[in-house]
Amino acid sequence: MRDLVKRLTGTAFYRSIFRHGFADTNRNRSLAVFTNFFLHIHAVKVRRRAIAFRRTGYLGGLSAACFFILLVTGILLMFYYRPSVPEAYHDMKDLQFVVSAGVFLRNLHRWSAHAMVALVLAHMAVTFFRGAYRPPREFNWVIGVFLMLATVLLSYTGYLLPWDQLAYWAVTVGTNMAEAAPIVGAKLKLLLLGGHTINAAALLRFYVLHCVLLPFWLVLGLCVHIWRVRKDGGIYLPPPAPSAATDEDQA
Amino acid sequence: MNEPKTFEVGPGDDARKAPVRVVVVQAEERPAVDAADEPMVMTVPHLLLRELIAFLVISLVLVALALTANAPLEEIANPARTPNPAKAPWYFLGLQELLHYYPPVISGVLLPGLLVVALVVIPYVRINLERPPLAPARRTRALVILWATLTTLVLVSYFTGSQPVWPFIGTLLVVGAGMSVGIAGRSPGRVVSWLRGRSIAFWIFSWFLLTATVLTVIGIFFRGPGWSFTLPWRDGIYY
Repeated sequence: MRDLVKRLTGTAFYRSIFRHGFADTNRNRSLAVFTNFFLHIHAVKVRRRAIAFRRTGYLGGLSAACFFILLVTGILLMFYYRPSVPEAYHDMKDLQFVVSAGVFLRNLHRWSAHAMVALVLAHMAVTFFRGAYRPPREFNWVIGVFLMLATVLLSYTGYLLPWDQLAYWAVTVGTNMAEAAPIVGAKLKLLLLGGHTINAAALLRFYVLHCVLLPFWLVLGLCVHIWRVRKDGGIYLPPPAPSAATDEDQA
Repeated sequence: MNEPKTFEVGPGDDARKAPVRVVVVQAEERPAVDAADEPMVMTVPHLLLRELIAFLVISLVLVALALTANAPLEEIANPARTPNPAKAPWYFLGLQELLHYYPPVISGVLLPGLLVVALVVIPYVRINLERPPLAPARRTRALVILWATLTTLVLVSYFTGSQPVWPFIGTLLVVGAGMSVGIAGRSPGRVVSWLRGRSIAFWIFSWFLLTATVLTVIGIFFRGPGWSFTLPWRDGIYY
Protein backbone atom coordinates (compact mmCIF):
# COMPACT_ATOMS: atom_id res chain seq x y z
CA MET A 1 0.00 0.00 0.00
CA ARG A 2 2.69 2.39 1.07
CA ASP A 3 4.75 1.45 -1.98
CA LEU A 4 1.77 2.08 -4.24
CA VAL A 5 1.20 5.53 -2.74
CA LYS A 6 4.91 6.28 -3.09
CA ARG A 7 4.87 5.21 -6.73
CA LEU A 8 1.78 7.32 -7.47
CA THR A 9 3.23 10.39 -5.79
CA GLY A 10 6.33 9.96 -7.95
CA THR A 11 4.51 10.18 -11.30
CA ALA A 12 5.05 13.16 -13.57
CA PHE A 13 1.34 14.07 -13.37
CA TYR A 14 1.31 14.13 -9.55
CA ARG A 15 4.56 16.10 -9.51
CA SER A 16 3.08 18.65 -11.91
CA ILE A 17 0.39 19.41 -9.29
CA PHE A 18 2.29 18.92 -6.04
CA ARG A 19 5.94 19.70 -6.52
CA HIS A 20 7.12 17.45 -3.73
CA GLY A 21 7.07 13.76 -2.83
CA PHE A 22 5.01 11.85 -0.28
CA ALA A 23 4.86 13.79 3.00
CA ASP A 24 6.90 11.36 5.07
CA THR A 25 9.97 13.50 5.59
CA ASN A 26 10.10 16.89 7.31
CA ARG A 27 11.34 18.44 4.08
CA ASN A 28 8.33 17.17 2.13
CA ARG A 29 5.99 18.11 4.98
CA SER A 30 7.33 21.66 4.85
CA LEU A 31 6.93 21.76 1.07
CA ALA A 32 3.36 20.44 1.46
CA VAL A 33 2.50 23.61 3.37
CA PHE A 34 4.33 26.33 1.57
CA THR A 35 3.88 25.13 -1.99
CA ASN A 36 0.12 24.72 -1.46
CA PHE A 37 -2.19 27.66 -2.13
CA PHE A 38 -4.75 26.51 0.43
CA LEU A 39 -2.33 25.48 3.17
CA HIS A 40 -0.08 28.53 2.99
CA ILE A 41 -2.33 30.26 5.55
CA HIS A 42 -0.47 28.06 8.03
CA ALA A 43 3.12 28.24 9.16
CA VAL A 44 5.21 25.18 8.38
CA LYS A 45 5.66 24.49 12.06
CA VAL A 46 3.40 25.37 14.97
CA ARG A 47 3.98 25.36 18.68
CA ARG A 48 2.78 22.12 20.22
CA ARG A 49 0.75 23.93 22.87
CA ALA A 50 -1.12 25.92 20.19
CA ILE A 51 -2.90 22.94 18.65
CA ALA A 52 -4.26 21.45 21.89
CA PHE A 53 -8.08 21.24 21.79
CA ARG A 54 -8.54 22.43 25.36
CA ARG A 55 -6.74 25.71 24.65
CA THR A 56 -9.16 27.10 22.05
CA GLY A 57 -11.92 24.51 21.68
CA TYR A 58 -11.22 24.98 17.94
CA LEU A 59 -14.11 27.46 18.02
CA GLY A 60 -12.75 29.68 15.25
CA GLY A 61 -12.08 26.71 13.00
CA LEU A 62 -15.51 25.23 13.74
CA SER A 63 -17.15 28.56 12.85
CA ALA A 64 -15.28 28.50 9.54
CA ALA A 65 -16.38 24.88 9.02
CA CYS A 66 -20.01 25.93 9.54
CA PHE A 67 -19.51 28.73 7.03
CA PHE A 68 -18.17 26.25 4.48
CA ILE A 69 -21.23 23.99 4.97
CA LEU A 70 -23.45 27.08 4.65
CA LEU A 71 -21.78 28.08 1.37
CA VAL A 72 -22.30 24.62 -0.14
CA THR A 73 -25.91 24.16 1.03
CA GLY A 74 -26.71 27.81 0.26
CA ILE A 75 -25.55 27.53 -3.34
CA LEU A 76 -27.60 24.34 -3.76
CA LEU A 77 -30.67 26.05 -2.28
CA MET A 78 -30.24 28.96 -4.71
CA PHE A 79 -31.01 26.54 -7.58
CA TYR A 80 -34.54 26.10 -6.21
CA TYR A 81 -35.35 29.56 -4.90
CA ARG A 82 -36.91 32.65 -6.50
CA PRO A 83 -36.77 35.84 -4.40
CA SER A 84 -40.23 37.12 -5.23
CA VAL A 85 -43.70 37.11 -3.66
CA PRO A 86 -45.35 34.59 -3.46
CA GLU A 87 -42.95 32.28 -5.40
CA ALA A 88 -40.46 32.30 -2.51
CA TYR A 89 -42.93 30.57 -0.22
CA HIS A 90 -44.03 28.13 -2.94
CA ASP A 91 -40.38 27.19 -3.48
CA MET A 92 -40.16 26.41 0.25
CA LYS A 93 -43.13 24.06 -0.20
CA ASP A 94 -41.42 22.52 -3.25
CA LEU A 95 -38.28 21.95 -1.18
CA GLN A 96 -40.47 20.25 1.39
CA PHE A 97 -42.49 17.99 -0.92
CA VAL A 98 -40.95 17.87 -4.43
CA VAL A 99 -37.17 18.35 -4.40
CA SER A 100 -35.11 15.24 -3.56
CA ALA A 101 -33.55 15.75 -0.11
CA GLY A 102 -34.93 19.30 -0.14
CA VAL A 103 -35.98 19.11 3.50
CA PHE A 104 -32.53 17.85 4.48
CA LEU A 105 -30.84 20.63 2.51
CA ARG A 106 -32.90 23.34 4.16
CA ASN A 107 -32.51 21.79 7.62
CA LEU A 108 -28.73 21.57 7.25
CA HIS A 109 -28.54 25.21 6.10
CA ARG A 110 -30.71 26.43 8.96
CA TRP A 111 -29.04 24.49 11.78
CA SER A 112 -25.57 25.34 10.48
CA ALA A 113 -26.54 29.01 10.52
CA HIS A 114 -27.68 28.87 14.14
CA ALA A 115 -24.57 26.86 15.06
CA MET A 116 -22.33 29.41 13.35
CA VAL A 117 -23.82 32.35 15.26
CA ALA A 118 -23.41 30.47 18.55
CA LEU A 119 -19.85 29.32 17.74
CA VAL A 120 -18.77 32.81 16.66
CA LEU A 121 -20.10 34.32 19.91
CA ALA A 122 -18.35 31.57 21.91
CA HIS A 123 -15.13 32.16 19.93
CA MET A 124 -15.27 35.84 20.84
CA ALA A 125 -15.83 35.12 24.53
CA VAL A 126 -12.96 32.60 24.70
CA THR A 127 -10.65 34.97 22.80
CA PHE A 128 -11.43 37.66 25.34
CA PHE A 129 -11.07 35.54 28.46
CA ARG A 130 -7.76 34.08 27.23
CA GLY A 131 -6.48 37.64 26.81
CA ALA A 132 -5.76 37.00 23.13
CA TYR A 133 -7.27 40.37 22.07
CA ARG A 134 -4.38 42.31 23.59
CA PRO A 135 -1.54 43.83 21.56
CA PRO A 136 -0.11 42.82 19.15
CA ARG A 137 -3.37 41.11 18.12
CA GLU A 138 -5.63 44.11 18.75
CA PHE A 139 -6.44 44.76 15.09
CA ASN A 140 -7.31 41.13 14.47
CA TRP A 141 -9.82 41.42 17.33
CA VAL A 142 -11.37 44.43 15.54
CA ILE A 143 -11.63 42.40 12.31
CA GLY A 144 -13.23 39.66 14.40
CA VAL A 145 -15.87 42.06 15.75
CA PHE A 146 -16.85 43.00 12.18
CA LEU A 147 -16.91 39.32 11.18
CA MET A 148 -19.29 38.69 14.06
CA LEU A 149 -21.54 41.51 12.82
CA ALA A 150 -21.43 40.02 9.30
CA THR A 151 -22.40 36.62 10.72
CA VAL A 152 -25.38 37.99 12.63
CA LEU A 153 -26.53 40.07 9.63
CA LEU A 154 -26.19 37.06 7.32
CA SER A 155 -28.34 34.99 9.63
CA TYR A 156 -30.85 37.83 9.99
CA THR A 157 -31.19 38.52 6.23
CA GLY A 158 -31.58 34.78 5.63
CA TYR A 159 -34.41 34.70 8.16
CA LEU A 160 -36.75 36.59 5.79
CA LEU A 161 -36.19 34.44 2.73
CA PRO A 162 -38.72 31.59 3.44
CA TRP A 163 -41.45 34.29 3.41
CA ASP A 164 -43.59 32.58 6.02
CA GLN A 165 -45.24 34.18 9.06
CA LEU A 166 -42.22 33.48 11.29
CA ALA A 167 -39.82 35.11 8.79
CA TYR A 168 -42.03 38.10 8.10
CA TRP A 169 -42.70 39.13 11.69
CA ALA A 170 -39.24 38.36 13.06
CA VAL A 171 -37.76 40.69 10.46
CA THR A 172 -40.46 43.28 11.12
CA VAL A 173 -39.33 43.48 14.76
CA GLY A 174 -35.72 44.08 13.66
CA THR A 175 -36.43 46.72 11.03
CA ASN A 176 -38.67 48.62 13.45
CA MET A 177 -35.65 48.87 15.74
CA ALA A 178 -33.48 50.24 12.91
CA GLU A 179 -36.16 52.86 12.24
CA ALA A 180 -35.67 54.25 15.74
CA ALA A 181 -32.16 55.51 14.92
CA PRO A 182 -32.08 59.31 15.21
CA ILE A 183 -31.98 61.34 11.94
CA VAL A 184 -31.00 58.45 9.62
CA GLY A 185 -33.50 55.89 10.98
CA ALA A 186 -36.34 56.38 8.51
CA LYS A 187 -33.94 56.64 5.56
CA LEU A 188 -32.11 53.53 6.74
CA LYS A 189 -35.32 51.55 6.85
CA LEU A 190 -36.28 52.81 3.38
CA LEU A 191 -32.86 51.80 2.05
CA LEU A 192 -33.05 48.37 3.65
CA LEU A 193 -36.62 47.57 2.62
CA GLY A 194 -36.99 49.49 -0.63
CA GLY A 195 -40.34 50.68 0.71
CA HIS A 196 -42.14 51.51 3.90
CA THR A 197 -43.25 47.98 4.70
CA ILE A 198 -41.71 44.56 4.11
CA ASN A 199 -42.82 43.48 0.63
CA ALA A 200 -41.41 42.05 -2.60
CA ALA A 201 -38.76 44.81 -2.85
CA ALA A 202 -37.52 44.06 0.67
CA LEU A 203 -37.33 40.34 -0.11
CA LEU A 204 -35.16 41.02 -3.16
CA ARG A 205 -32.86 43.35 -1.20
CA PHE A 206 -32.45 40.85 1.63
CA TYR A 207 -31.77 38.13 -0.95
CA VAL A 208 -28.96 40.14 -2.58
CA LEU A 209 -27.51 41.07 0.80
CA HIS A 210 -27.71 37.45 1.94
CA CYS A 211 -26.30 35.81 -1.19
CA VAL A 212 -23.82 38.36 -2.52
CA LEU A 213 -22.86 41.35 -0.42
CA LEU A 214 -22.57 39.88 3.08
CA PRO A 215 -20.84 36.62 2.01
CA PHE A 216 -18.32 38.73 0.07
CA TRP A 217 -17.71 40.84 3.17
CA LEU A 218 -17.35 37.72 5.32
CA VAL A 219 -15.00 35.85 2.97
CA LEU A 220 -12.77 38.90 2.57
CA GLY A 221 -12.69 39.53 6.32
CA LEU A 222 -12.11 35.86 7.07
CA CYS A 223 -9.08 35.73 4.75
CA VAL A 224 -7.52 38.75 6.46
CA HIS A 225 -8.46 37.37 9.90
CA ILE A 226 -6.72 34.02 9.32
CA TRP A 227 -3.72 35.62 7.60
CA ARG A 228 -3.31 38.02 10.53
CA VAL A 229 -3.20 35.11 13.00
CA ARG A 230 -0.03 33.97 11.29
CA LYS A 231 1.43 37.44 10.86
CA ASP A 232 0.85 38.27 14.53
CA GLY A 233 2.95 35.29 15.61
CA GLY A 234 0.40 32.46 15.72
CA ILE A 235 -2.46 32.16 18.17
CA TYR A 236 -1.96 33.70 21.59
CA LEU A 237 -0.34 31.48 24.18
CA PRO A 238 0.44 32.54 27.73
CA PRO A 239 4.21 32.65 28.32
CA PRO A 240 5.38 29.16 29.28
CA ALA A 241 6.27 28.61 32.91
CA PRO A 242 10.11 28.80 33.03
CA SER A 243 10.55 25.67 35.15
CA ALA A 244 8.35 23.54 32.88
CA ALA A 245 10.32 24.65 29.80
CA THR A 246 13.66 23.65 31.29
CA ASP A 247 12.24 20.28 32.34
CA GLU A 248 11.25 19.54 28.79
CA ASP A 249 14.62 20.71 27.50
CA GLN A 250 16.39 18.30 29.81
CA ALA A 251 14.08 15.49 28.80
CA MET B 1 13.40 49.98 27.17
CA ASN B 2 14.59 48.71 30.54
CA GLU B 3 12.54 45.54 30.34
CA PRO B 4 14.50 42.27 30.55
CA LYS B 5 15.35 40.83 27.17
CA THR B 6 13.15 38.00 26.00
CA PHE B 7 15.65 36.82 23.40
CA GLU B 8 19.29 35.79 23.45
CA VAL B 9 22.05 37.56 21.57
CA GLY B 10 25.11 35.60 20.50
CA PRO B 11 26.30 32.93 18.10
CA GLY B 12 23.80 30.12 17.44
CA ASP B 13 24.41 26.40 17.93
CA ASP B 14 25.14 26.07 14.25
CA ALA B 15 27.66 28.92 14.26
CA ARG B 16 30.14 26.88 12.24
CA LYS B 17 27.69 26.39 9.38
CA ALA B 18 26.09 29.82 9.54
CA PRO B 19 28.60 32.09 11.24
CA VAL B 20 26.83 35.37 10.56
CA ARG B 21 23.51 35.85 12.33
CA VAL B 22 22.19 39.37 12.61
CA VAL B 23 19.04 40.06 14.56
CA VAL B 24 17.32 43.42 14.30
CA VAL B 25 14.73 43.99 17.00
CA GLN B 26 12.50 47.00 16.60
CA ALA B 27 11.07 48.91 19.51
CA GLU B 28 7.53 47.71 18.89
CA GLU B 29 6.50 44.28 20.05
CA ARG B 30 7.29 41.43 17.70
CA PRO B 31 5.70 38.23 18.97
CA ALA B 32 7.85 36.02 16.78
CA VAL B 33 10.91 37.42 18.55
CA ASP B 34 9.31 37.23 21.98
CA ALA B 35 8.42 33.58 21.48
CA ALA B 36 10.39 31.35 23.78
CA ASP B 37 12.19 28.27 22.62
CA GLU B 38 9.41 25.69 22.98
CA PRO B 39 8.40 22.37 21.43
CA MET B 40 7.18 22.70 17.83
CA VAL B 41 5.38 20.22 15.59
CA MET B 42 5.00 20.03 11.82
CA THR B 43 1.75 21.54 10.48
CA VAL B 44 1.43 18.54 8.14
CA PRO B 45 0.24 16.19 9.55
CA HIS B 46 -0.33 17.33 13.17
CA LEU B 47 -2.42 20.50 12.71
CA LEU B 48 -3.97 19.44 9.41
CA LEU B 49 -5.22 16.16 10.87
CA ARG B 50 -6.84 17.96 13.81
CA GLU B 51 -8.54 20.43 11.48
CA LEU B 52 -9.86 17.57 9.38
CA ILE B 53 -11.22 15.72 12.41
CA ALA B 54 -12.87 18.89 13.75
CA PHE B 55 -14.50 19.52 10.37
CA LEU B 56 -15.78 15.95 10.15
CA VAL B 57 -17.15 16.01 13.71
CA ILE B 58 -19.09 19.26 13.25
CA SER B 59 -20.36 18.02 9.86
CA LEU B 60 -21.62 14.79 11.41
CA VAL B 61 -23.29 16.62 14.30
CA LEU B 62 -25.07 19.03 11.93
CA VAL B 63 -26.09 16.26 9.52
CA ALA B 64 -27.52 14.26 12.42
CA LEU B 65 -29.41 17.35 13.55
CA ALA B 66 -30.70 18.02 10.02
CA LEU B 67 -31.93 14.44 9.74
CA THR B 68 -33.82 14.51 13.05
CA ALA B 69 -35.13 18.09 13.45
CA ASN B 70 -37.01 20.00 10.78
CA ALA B 71 -36.57 23.72 10.14
CA PRO B 72 -39.80 25.55 10.98
CA LEU B 73 -42.09 26.60 8.12
CA GLU B 74 -45.35 28.32 8.97
CA GLU B 75 -48.08 29.55 6.66
CA ILE B 76 -47.34 32.18 4.02
CA ALA B 77 -46.49 35.68 5.26
CA ASN B 78 -49.60 37.73 5.97
CA PRO B 79 -49.04 41.42 6.82
CA ALA B 80 -52.64 41.65 8.02
CA ARG B 81 -52.27 39.07 10.79
CA THR B 82 -49.72 39.79 13.52
CA PRO B 83 -48.78 36.77 15.62
CA ASN B 84 -48.68 37.35 19.35
CA PRO B 85 -45.92 37.47 20.45
CA ALA B 86 -43.83 38.40 17.36
CA LYS B 87 -40.31 37.37 18.25
CA ALA B 88 -37.02 38.18 16.48
CA PRO B 89 -34.34 35.47 15.90
CA TRP B 90 -32.88 34.18 19.18
CA TYR B 91 -29.67 36.26 19.05
CA PHE B 92 -31.78 39.45 18.92
CA LEU B 93 -34.13 38.48 21.76
CA GLY B 94 -31.82 40.14 24.31
CA LEU B 95 -32.33 43.41 22.45
CA GLN B 96 -36.05 42.78 22.11
CA GLU B 97 -36.24 42.14 25.86
CA LEU B 98 -34.43 45.45 26.37
CA LEU B 99 -37.20 47.13 24.32
CA HIS B 100 -39.47 46.24 27.22
CA TYR B 101 -37.57 48.66 29.47
CA TYR B 102 -36.29 51.41 27.18
CA PRO B 103 -37.63 53.14 24.05
CA PRO B 104 -36.30 51.80 20.72
CA VAL B 105 -33.85 54.67 20.27
CA ILE B 106 -31.98 53.53 23.40
CA SER B 107 -32.42 49.76 23.36
CA GLY B 108 -32.30 49.28 19.58
CA VAL B 109 -29.72 51.88 18.52
CA LEU B 110 -27.79 53.53 21.35
CA LEU B 111 -26.93 50.52 23.53
CA PRO B 112 -26.03 48.14 20.63
CA GLY B 113 -24.02 50.95 19.00
CA LEU B 114 -22.16 51.60 22.25
CA LEU B 115 -21.53 47.87 22.55
CA VAL B 116 -19.88 47.62 19.12
CA VAL B 117 -17.76 50.71 19.85
CA ALA B 118 -16.75 49.23 23.22
CA LEU B 119 -15.77 45.91 21.62
CA VAL B 120 -13.64 47.71 19.02
CA VAL B 121 -11.77 49.96 21.47
CA ILE B 122 -11.31 47.38 24.24
CA PRO B 123 -7.82 46.23 23.09
CA TYR B 124 -6.66 49.85 22.66
CA VAL B 125 -7.45 50.93 26.20
CA ARG B 126 -4.29 49.95 27.98
CA ILE B 127 -5.37 50.72 31.52
CA ASN B 128 -5.17 47.92 33.97
CA LEU B 129 -4.68 45.08 31.54
CA GLU B 130 -2.72 43.09 34.09
CA ARG B 131 -3.78 44.11 37.56
CA PRO B 132 -1.16 44.28 40.29
CA PRO B 133 -2.59 43.44 43.74
CA LEU B 134 -3.67 46.56 45.55
CA ALA B 135 -1.62 47.76 48.49
CA PRO B 136 -3.57 47.41 51.82
CA ALA B 137 -3.79 51.21 52.22
CA ARG B 138 -5.58 51.64 48.90
CA ARG B 139 -8.12 48.84 49.38
CA THR B 140 -10.63 51.02 51.20
CA ARG B 141 -10.36 53.71 48.54
CA ALA B 142 -10.89 51.14 45.76
CA LEU B 143 -13.95 49.71 47.53
CA VAL B 144 -15.48 53.19 48.01
CA ILE B 145 -14.97 54.07 44.33
CA LEU B 146 -16.35 50.69 43.23
CA TRP B 147 -19.54 50.88 45.28
CA ALA B 148 -20.15 54.56 44.52
CA THR B 149 -20.02 53.68 40.80
CA LEU B 150 -22.19 50.59 41.25
CA THR B 151 -24.79 52.44 43.33
CA THR B 152 -25.03 55.14 40.65
CA LEU B 153 -25.49 52.53 37.91
CA VAL B 154 -28.08 50.60 39.95
CA LEU B 155 -30.05 53.82 40.63
CA VAL B 156 -29.86 54.77 36.93
CA SER B 157 -31.13 51.29 35.95
CA TYR B 158 -33.86 51.50 38.58
CA PHE B 159 -35.30 54.87 37.64
CA THR B 160 -34.64 55.43 33.90
CA GLY B 161 -36.48 52.43 32.46
CA SER B 162 -40.24 52.16 32.07
CA GLN B 163 -39.81 49.72 34.98
CA PRO B 164 -36.77 48.73 37.08
CA VAL B 165 -34.22 47.00 34.80
CA TRP B 166 -33.66 43.97 37.04
CA PRO B 167 -31.46 42.13 34.48
CA PHE B 168 -29.01 45.07 34.78
CA ILE B 169 -29.29 45.50 38.56
CA GLY B 170 -28.89 41.81 39.38
CA THR B 171 -25.83 41.32 37.18
CA LEU B 172 -24.24 44.58 38.43
CA LEU B 173 -24.53 43.29 41.99
CA VAL B 174 -23.07 39.88 41.08
CA VAL B 175 -20.08 41.47 39.34
CA GLY B 176 -19.69 43.99 42.17
CA ALA B 177 -19.57 41.16 44.70
CA GLY B 178 -16.87 39.40 42.67
CA MET B 179 -14.80 42.59 42.39
CA SER B 180 -15.16 43.31 46.11
CA VAL B 181 -13.87 39.87 47.05
CA GLY B 182 -10.97 40.46 44.66
CA ILE B 183 -10.14 43.81 46.26
CA ALA B 184 -10.73 43.04 49.95
CA GLY B 185 -10.24 39.28 50.19
CA ARG B 186 -7.22 38.32 52.28
CA SER B 187 -7.38 34.55 52.29
CA PRO B 188 -4.64 32.91 50.19
CA GLY B 189 -7.19 30.50 48.68
CA ARG B 190 -7.23 29.84 44.95
CA VAL B 191 -10.61 31.49 44.29
CA VAL B 192 -9.73 34.72 46.06
CA SER B 193 -6.30 35.02 44.46
CA TRP B 194 -7.84 34.30 41.05
CA LEU B 195 -10.45 37.06 41.58
CA ARG B 196 -7.67 39.38 42.77
CA GLY B 197 -5.79 38.97 39.49
CA ARG B 198 -8.69 39.97 37.20
CA SER B 199 -8.46 43.25 35.27
CA ILE B 200 -11.13 45.95 34.94
CA ALA B 201 -11.59 44.91 31.29
CA PHE B 202 -12.36 41.37 32.46
CA TRP B 203 -15.08 42.58 34.83
CA ILE B 204 -16.71 44.86 32.23
CA PHE B 205 -16.74 42.12 29.60
CA SER B 206 -18.04 39.56 32.12
CA TRP B 207 -20.85 41.93 33.09
CA PHE B 208 -21.78 42.44 29.44
CA LEU B 209 -21.74 38.69 28.73
CA LEU B 210 -23.75 37.86 31.84
CA THR B 211 -26.34 40.57 31.13
CA ALA B 212 -26.67 39.63 27.45
CA THR B 213 -27.18 35.98 28.44
CA VAL B 214 -29.78 36.82 31.10
CA LEU B 215 -31.72 39.13 28.73
CA THR B 216 -31.61 36.56 25.90
CA VAL B 217 -32.74 33.69 28.14
CA ILE B 218 -35.64 35.80 29.46
CA GLY B 219 -36.55 36.80 25.89
CA ILE B 220 -36.49 33.22 24.60
CA PHE B 221 -38.12 31.31 27.46
CA PHE B 222 -40.00 33.69 29.74
CA ARG B 223 -41.94 35.96 27.37
CA GLY B 224 -45.39 35.21 26.00
CA PRO B 225 -48.34 37.07 24.42
CA GLY B 226 -48.04 40.83 24.76
CA TRP B 227 -44.47 40.28 26.04
CA SER B 228 -45.95 39.22 29.37
CA PHE B 229 -43.89 37.14 31.79
CA THR B 230 -44.55 33.40 31.40
CA LEU B 231 -43.03 30.25 32.83
CA PRO B 232 -41.78 27.85 30.12
CA TRP B 233 -42.55 24.71 32.18
CA ARG B 234 -46.13 25.91 32.73
CA ASP B 235 -47.09 27.65 29.45
CA GLY B 236 -44.51 26.30 26.99
CA ILE B 237 -42.08 28.34 24.90
CA TYR B 238 -43.47 31.04 22.62
CA TYR B 239 -41.63 31.91 19.42
